[in-house]
Amino acid sequence: MDFAVAGTKAFAYTAAHGLDPAKPTIVFVHGAGLDHSWFGLQSRYFGHHGRNVLAVDLPGHGRSEGPPPASVERMAQWVMQLLDAARLERAAVVGHSLGSLVALECAAQAPERIERIVLIGTAYPMKVSDVFLEAARRNEQSAFDMETIWGHAPQVPLGSNPNPGMCLYGDTLARLARLAPGVLYAGLKACNDYACGLESAAKVRCPTLFILGRRDQMTPPRAASALSQAIAGARTVLLQGSGHSIMAEQPDATLDALIEFFSGSSPP
Amino acid sequence: MAGPKYPGFDTLALHAGQSPDSATGSRAVPIYQTTSYVFRDSEHAASLFNMERAGHVYSRISNPTVAVLEERLAALEGGVGAIAAASGQAALHLAIATLMDGGSHIVSSGSLYGGSHNLLAYTLKRFGIETTFVDPRDLGAWRAALRPNTRLLFGETLGNPGLDVLDIPAVAAIAHEAGVPLLVDSTFTTPYLMKPFELGADLLYHSATKFLGGHGTAIGGVLVDSGRFDWEKSGKFAQLTEPYAGFHGMDFEEESGTRAFLLRARREGLRDFGPCMAPMTAFQILQGVETLHLRMPRHVESTRKAAAFLAGHAMVEKVMYPELPEHPDYELCRRLLPRGAGAVFSFNLKGDRQAGRAFIEALRVFSHLANVGDAKSLVIHPATTTHYRMSDEDLKKAGITAGTVRLSIGLEDPQDLIDDLERALGAASRAGR
Repeated sequence: MDFAVAGTKAFAYTAAHGLDPAKPTIVFVHGAGLDHSWFGLQSRYFGHHGRNVLAVDLPGHGRSEGPPPASVERMAQWVMQLLDAARLERAAVVGHSLGSLVALECAAQAPERIERIVLIGTAYPMKVSDVFLEAARRNEQSAFDMETIWGHAPQVPLGSNPNPGMCLYGDTLARLARLAPGVLYAGLKACNDYACGLESAAKVRCPTLFILGRRDQMTPPRAASALSQAIAGARTVLLQGSGHSIMAEQPDATLDALIEFFSGSSPP
Repeated sequence: MAGPKYPGFDTLALHAGQSPDSATGSRAVPIYQTTSYVFRDSEHAASLFNMERAGHVYSRISNPTVAVLEERLAALEGGVGAIAAASGQAALHLAIATLMDGGSHIVSSGSLYGGSHNLLAYTLKRFGIETTFVDPRDLGAWRAALRPNTRLLFGETLGNPGLDVLDIPAVAAIAHEAGVPLLVDSTFTTPYLMKPFELGADLLYHSATKFLGGHGTAIGGVLVDSGRFDWEKSGKFAQLTEPYAGFHGMDFEEESGTRAFLLRARREGLRDFGPCMAPMTAFQILQGVETLHLRMPRHVESTRKAAAFLAGHAMVEKVMYPELPEHPDYELCRRLLPRGAGAVFSFNLKGDRQAGRAFIEALRVFSHLANVGDAKSLVIHPATTTHYRMSDEDLKKAGITAGTVRLSIGLEDPQDLIDDLERALGAASRAGR
């Protein structure tokens, strides 16, 4: 579904459903260089189980136009503007990687509007190596290779994919190949520059779930501990075999964790 | 942290797509000889049907053994995924049926396997899909053949049987300017000799019956998508970018982005047409894929020896192998196929039909049959077999004469193959006197 945010086209996948203000809403926010379909199975599930879903393409990604926002804070503001455009007052936010910081920032900026947050594959600080950042700034293939290889558990290229016939490395590389120059860099730089994670965590008042991958090479579970300790009552689900691309590597376990977390809030 | 490194081709050929079986620890790929899969509960069943969870429902749509082959080929080709089909022809049909409606148009190389030519020239025409055949070396002809309703450009990486090398970068550029994808039949080259996606192709398929399986034991095909073609931007593929009533109003591109083509091909094509691969077949082809990187160099090495021998023989008019300097695609071959031009080639025998018959019947090591890419060496006379339905004009376009003989060089002792060819050429010479 297309929206206009500050006069610019913004896209969010709604699982082919209209939005009903009477239903609870979940916003899904993807990571650097990716798009709404990274949450394909999970967003489709909730869209078909009694909730509004808005699986967004951040500006400059997927079908959303405009330059990518320069900071996590600006991305969070954009998400809130999207909710305004969709005429939805309140929502939960599920974010992955860069998107997890956006979810955190949404909860800190607008605690009255954010009902729950889920931080998947997260860390704070979310520092990006100089070599990776520089390669992304130059839009070099090596940046896409780092995103692909470090973005999955080490066993992924030599193992099986739960989605029959699909290849996770190939899929990630194909997505990155479609990006406009500079978009991956903008996302990685926003992660690297984000500096108010602990202050924002202290402002979170809503139920919070962390979903982490034991084999995550980009945001290893220990890198999320400062954040999870700073959010009162936060729960953590640790997926044993998963790397950073948790929704793709372990889609069912991710969905099960989300269903369990959201079952305490409202329908289904 | 060390720099990122992808596993090598040889490692992927053995491991991609399979984790040791979680139930038994089986290291070899288990043959899941089952039609269907027990649901955990009603909710799980509904979620699988509605594509909210990953998994298998019914083996016409997906099967764990077949999925290993699919993921392995996708990894070897650098694609987003793959669909295994009942044959190479089923894979070609699946690609076309996913992208086209009646009224669509294809521009194809005229140098094709006879079965593919037949599908395009006659069978699809019955369903309103027309094809214009062009000389694959004439880039102007590719451009001139484009129509507003063109939806696909198609060719073989190495044309059958004249071994025309498809200039994939140039033809892909023409396709992309026109907003349509390039599909290639990569059977003769395999991912070991060529990676068409790296050259610009968008979709490819294999007759896995040939070098992938490699032992002449199983019929199968594999269709692979690069995921690089932007269907939304093209605006010509409503099948992928508009809601589809046949699957709950799904817009495949919106739903899955890079996976849109394969999603529709699997969810519609396998569901409705049913050209699935059997799990036993997938297992047999996987056994071949696991040694592809060992077999292909030997195939190529022996082919070079056989081609060189034939090129110097008095009974041979012409050898069509693009590694020979006199082949019109010699330079292109060096650029696109540095590891070798495969193990199938043709030559024109001097003399009449009697000479041809004597040649084939005198061979002892080569088997006279309709296949290529076996571990055993094979021979056939295209004009009277694989390409017999083609008109004289189409045969000429494909570079086939009455004296054309096609060889597929196997893994026997190469000197035994040369001795066999020499004996048969002697028989042909005597028959032609």
